[in-house]
Amino acid sequence: MKRIDCLRAIYPELEECAVVTIMGAAAVELYSLGHRPNFFYLEHAMGQASSVGLGIALSQPDRKVVVIDGDGSVLMNLGGLTTLARYAPKNLVHLVFDNQVLLSVGGGAPGGYQWFTTATATGSDLAAIARGAGIKRAQLVRELDDFTEAALDGLKGDELTCVVAKVDAEMPTSFHMDVHMLENRFEFPRALQRMQAKTATGGRT
Amino acid sequence: MPVSAANSQVVYDAIKSAGVRLVSALPETWLVHLVRMADEDPDMILVRLAKEEEGIGISTGAHFAGLRTALLMQNHGFLQSINGIASLALLYKIPLLMLITDRGTMGERDPWQTEGGKYTRKVLDALNLVRDELNRPDEVRGKVAKAMTLAQSSLSPVALLLGRDLMWEEPAA
Repeated sequence: MKRIDCLRAIYPELEECAVVTIMGAAAVELYSLGHRPNFFYLEHAMGQASSVGLGIALSQPDRKVVVIDGDGSVLMNLGGLTTLARYAPKNLVHLVFDNQVLLSVGGGAPGGYQWFTTATATGSDLAAIARGAGIKRAQLVRELDDFTEAALDGLKGDELTCVVAKVDAEMPTSFHMDVHMLENRFEFPRALQRMQAKTATGGRT
Repeated sequence: MPVSAANSQVVYDAIKSAGVRLVSALPETWLVHLVRMADEDPDMILVRLAKEEEGIGISTGAHFAGLRTALLMQNHGFLQSINGIASLALLYKIPLLMLITDRGTMGERDPWQTEGGKYTRKVLDALNLVRDELNRPDEVRGKVAKAMTLAQSSLSPVALLLGRDLMWEEPAA
């Protein structure tokens, strides 16, 4: 299963969501499908994407928040899973692309990306960890149809949802993004404001 | 417990007056009353953390969503949060009001607090963060308000060190 195919499958449903991605391949692949101002690409601070998502979800309980995470990042903030579970915001969907390597930070350097695997390559099960942290709705998927169904269920549902998707450790074709970090940082809260105003007027702008 | 409930209330009232709607915290002795006050306040969202760095991300998200926040942490929790401060708050220009208990300084009796206390200020200064100290109840409200104003205008973290003279009441001998 490819990350980009998973993202393509849910892309149309992200229009009204606050989307926070991690750095690297996940960010650039979502961007390649078409940038939107309601997408925030956290290009550093590994592990913090889920905490940023939690902060948005608690502050705007009526806004669906989607965190697009990775195994390397989640492993840097496992405690954050327990905080997510503790507050269990109904409006948060946590998608974790598990490619079993630290691809974007150098695990994909010349010489082969298989040389720096994460612990999910040796048996650590992030869906089980999420369930153990207290996230009731957490599952592992390996096929695109299963991913799409689980992710869309989470997006349409009313319960904190974690979907761990086993994906190929494949580099994106390019890491180029024509949106500066700070441009993205300032457009994102404006997009959230606009969406709030739209919601408040029942869709009339 | 010789943690000052009265002065904790002064600090809490100052945070509220500064418009804070969400507080993230990891407890330490000096913060027990402040955490309780946030917990008992129906108008405050209290987020109990597993590790202080999470608070940087949570405050970032809340800022994006339009809420003002404060972070309650011990100085060792600040030391724990450095990458979040550098690679998220400073890199992305995020306002943070950080209230940091100033453990391990003059008068410290807990041996395990004494190491980090030696360089809390040096690390704050190395990050070029504006900092001030809260030592007397009469200075709390003004300094908290000004720290929040600066955080919001500079889009940067601002640190207030909660001092022993404010937070701790030495029991009579």
